[in-house]
Amino acid sequence: MSKPVVATGHFTGCFGCHMSILDIDERILDLVELVEFNKSPINDIKHFTKPVDIGIIEGGISNDENAEILMEFRKHCKILVAIGACALTGGVPSMRNLVPLKECLEEAYLNGPTVKSENTGIIPNDPDIPVLLDKVYPCHEVVKIDYFLPGCPPSADTIWNALVALLKGEPLNLDYELIKYD
Amino acid sequence: MSTNVVTFTIDGVEVKSAPDKTIIQAADDAGIYIPRLCYLKDLPPGGHCRVCTVKVNGRPVNSCTYPVAEGIVVENDTEELNSFRRNIIEMLFVEGNHFCPSCEVAGKCELQALAYRLGLLTPQMPYLYAQKELDATHPDVYLDRNRCVLCGRCVRASIHLDKKNVFGFENRGINMRISVNSNDGLKDTDLTKDDKAMSVCPTGCLVVKRQGYLTPVGKRLYDKKPIGSEIETKTVKS
Amino acid sequence: MTHHYREQIKNIANKYGNDRGYLMNIAQDIVKEFGYISDEMVAHVAEILNIPMVQVRDMVSFYSFLPRKPLGKNVIRLSNAVIERMKGADEVGKAFEKELGISFGETTKDNLFTLLHTACIGLSDQAPGALINNVPLTNLKPADVPQIIRDIKAGKNVSDLPQARVLLNLKKEGEVICAPLESGQAIRNALNMKPEEVIAEINKSRLRGRGGAGFPTAMKWDFCRKQKSPIRYLICNADEGEPGTFKDRVILTEYPDLVFEGMTIAGYAIGAKEGIMYLRGEYAYLLDNLEKVLAKRRHLGLLGENICGREGFSFDIRIQLGAGAYVCGEESALIESAEGKRGAPRDRPPFPVQKGYKNEPTSVNNVETLCCAARILEKGGEWFAKIGTKDSTGTKMLSVSGDCEHPGVYEVEYGITIENLLELVGAKDTQAVQVGGASGKCVAPKDFGRRISFEDLPTGGSIMIFGKNRDLLECMHQFIEFFIEESCGWCVPCRAGTTLLEKKFRQILDGKGTVQSLAELRRIAQTVKAMSRCGLGQTSANPVLTTIYDFADLYAERIKEEDGKLLTFDLQKAMKVGIEASGRTMEGVK
Repeated sequence: MSKPVVATGHFTGCFGCHMSILDIDERILDLVELVEFNKSPINDIKHFTKPVDIGIIEGGISNDENAEILMEFRKHCKILVAIGACALTGGVPSMRNLVPLKECLEEAYLNGPTVKSENTGIIPNDPDIPVLLDKVYPCHEVVKIDYFLPGCPPSADTIWNALVALLKGEPLNLDYELIKYD
Repeated sequence: MSTNVVTFTIDGVEVKSAPDKTIIQAADDAGIYIPRLCYLKDLPPGGHCRVCTVKVNGRPVNSCTYPVAEGIVVENDTEELNSFRRNIIEMLFVEGNHFCPSCEVAGKCELQALAYRLGLLTPQMPYLYAQKELDATHPDVYLDRNRCVLCGRCVRASIHLDKKNVFGFENRGINMRISVNSNDGLKDTDLTKDDKAMSVCPTGCLVVKRQGYLTPVGKRLYDKKPIGSEIETKTVKS
Repeated sequence: MTHHYREQIKNIANKYGNDRGYLMNIAQDIVKEFGYISDEMVAHVAEILNIPMVQVRDMVSFYSFLPRKPLGKNVIRLSNAVIERMKGADEVGKAFEKELGISFGETTKDNLFTLLHTACIGLSDQAPGALINNVPLTNLKPADVPQIIRDIKAGKNVSDLPQARVLLNLKKEGEVICAPLESGQAIRNALNMKPEEVIAEINKSRLRGRGGAGFPTAMKWDFCRKQKSPIRYLICNADEGEPGTFKDRVILTEYPDLVFEGMTIAGYAIGAKEGIMYLRGEYAYLLDNLEKVLAKRRHLGLLGENICGREGFSFDIRIQLGAGAYVCGEESALIESAEGKRGAPRDRPPFPVQKGYKNEPTSVNNVETLCCAARILEKGGEWFAKIGTKDSTGTKMLSVSGDCEHPGVYEVEYGITIENLLELVGAKDTQAVQVGGASGKCVAPKDFGRRISFEDLPTGGSIMIFGKNRDLLECMHQFIEFFIEESCGWCVPCRAGTTLLEKKFRQILDGKGTVQSLAELRRIAQTVKAMSRCGLGQTSANPVLTTIYDFADLYAERIKEEDGKLLTFDLQKAMKVGIEASGRTMEGVK
């Protein structure tokens, strides 16, 4: 019998949730036994090569590239799990949602105190740079998300317990201490 | 019928109480936790959050204002009520701008703790991302309206405990906000960091400066035990 | 400048005895004088009344008609209530915008005009309507607008404009409200009885409150009377703000004596010396005449000391003008407002009959209820009880508007079916009837056999008719927008819930909703209904909750099947600002 396939992805965030995945310590050996990894920054597989059972994503959606990759995840993953504050709420990057994007960009690149001298700044416009969206979106505002694991990051135990439950097809009942928003 | 004691039930458990109590007071005394956000024991009730709504004889009422009465049947810990309460907490999360990961009150925040207790994994209602004003004019205190849940505790505490009038409300509906007793921010009010009003904020809206992050993660008020357990573990009065 | 207004504000406050209880009147007079009430003025009022500034700001910031920034010399408030929009208010609005060169919410550069929207102003039977400097204009057409503006610019009084004409539109006179009255007769009859007997007579009539909730009037008066307190108050609720209601406009215009007669009788019955009529700010134009009627009644000995020669029975009435807040129609919010505070409802108990105005026992009764009471004392409880149905005695004044040939006010016997009513008012091809205003019920044709009555379809008087060609859900959406505007903000489910409900509803209306969105809509709506503090919140989800089942098809046809990618997320739209800000083009991306 083939092993369940897992993929992980990251969008706008700090990569802390992936660090937390790695934080399951020696259990990662069990995990490798249990599942097969497809697209993930952990193994550096860049593209989906087969249907995925469980997709785990961290980070909010702040640019077009994020959005498109998230839609790819949705397309390929039977179950999509958003983990961490940024994926769930937009997180710290979404603090910019309180200020119009144009103002943010102008402050950062044209008018801010760290811009060397007047009239020399330019808002980055290279075609290779993803376009910032009007705001940072939580993942569930872009695609349907099946499960949420809060935390900044969610603890390794939270991720491990959730993943094991999902792999076994059991309901997700996490202990009180495992659900935190920070 | 005795005039000194009334007997009624909460979720089928018999509760005895003095007749001049509200349902939430009687429940607290009996070691039964009714979730609440704007209610605080030492303040008159505000009736803002509606989290403490219970059903009395089948009708939803506010337990922080509703008086006990002989024979009433109170429902509290039901799936229906808890889901309504969870929805209210969710509404507050998307109405304000609550960035828990960077908030110094995380771990002891009552809004967050209620979300944990009621099983809200993440808000899914549409975020409003409204711009809110921050008042940092005061040397020792700041008021970050992004985190305000309009519970009115500071308003009531200032009036009833501090005998001042530092806080009030302004505007109506979704534009309602906390205002202060000056036209130029908190610095022009008689608020001090030792005011009782400074200790009642359930979130990180009204905070004393230079005191953040003192308690390590894992040791904060609600890290291990859910909000309300302090009431539930209380010995039931004989 | 500062000194100039300081002195005037001092005089205004002085006029009200520097009494905090008249804070709203003081603020209204300041606005009348200066056009607005600034933060500085607020601070000054606080200083004079010796109360915290934060409390003055709290009150002032609550009401629509107390602007905190200067407005233009002429303030145009165009009603954007549902019926007004059905009758072309949007087009009239565009004409105003075009003529003045400004958008809604703005003031012209010459400070001559400010253009605002306002909720229902009680003129849905002659919509679209507007208030210009508080003077009502009716049956507006886009083509009228240029001349209106020219006339005002030329210095013409708004009340002299041809559109400044409120039609009475009383289409059917019944035997309770719309009958002749000999002033004082009902009072004299009452004074021949003990107060308890008056209440017993009302009890015999089985009169129930006309505001919509239908609480037995005799019971309310009895509760109030039995409170141990030397002071009691009687309040007449003339704050008819429910969209599509205008029957009080007709009563207050045509039968003010009947109302005041009823108030006086109520005062006698409950033992009150002071009555307050809380008149909605939108009806300010009725104030002068009402004051005249009061003066006349004082002169006739029907108000004041020793009424009708009865030693020891004194009763007088003051009119408290509201300032543009729908929630003040809720009795406890009305009381707060009459006390000069923000119109936030109170938690009950205690009920107003226990602790009402100034914390004294207070009976709050609808305009129409008080009229009925007067008539009952004139003609007897038994006579009254024979009209209507068993549980809904008497008649009901209905304000009928929308898609029908004869909009207006109809006094009908309780128990009339929707079907018969539609026939009476000349409505054809009716898609739905909104009974009881925005907070009421949207009734589908399958239920047109149902009856207007407390036991079946209660209404404070609002009947709005939607023809087959109307986008019904858009109308419901406008109701929700109205509730967002009018939520007092005190409690979470109503304050945040109505806004969130609107967002979800909009997504569905825009064809971006999924089956899941519909569940979300229901979840929010039910929470708002179950958890809100007062009637406004509890009913604010009704436009959704009363259509989601009976008009399920209208929802279903807008719901899209989901494929995981949410239709609410529009990538192109989300990228637009970023592309523009960086000077790129959509084609230049990747």
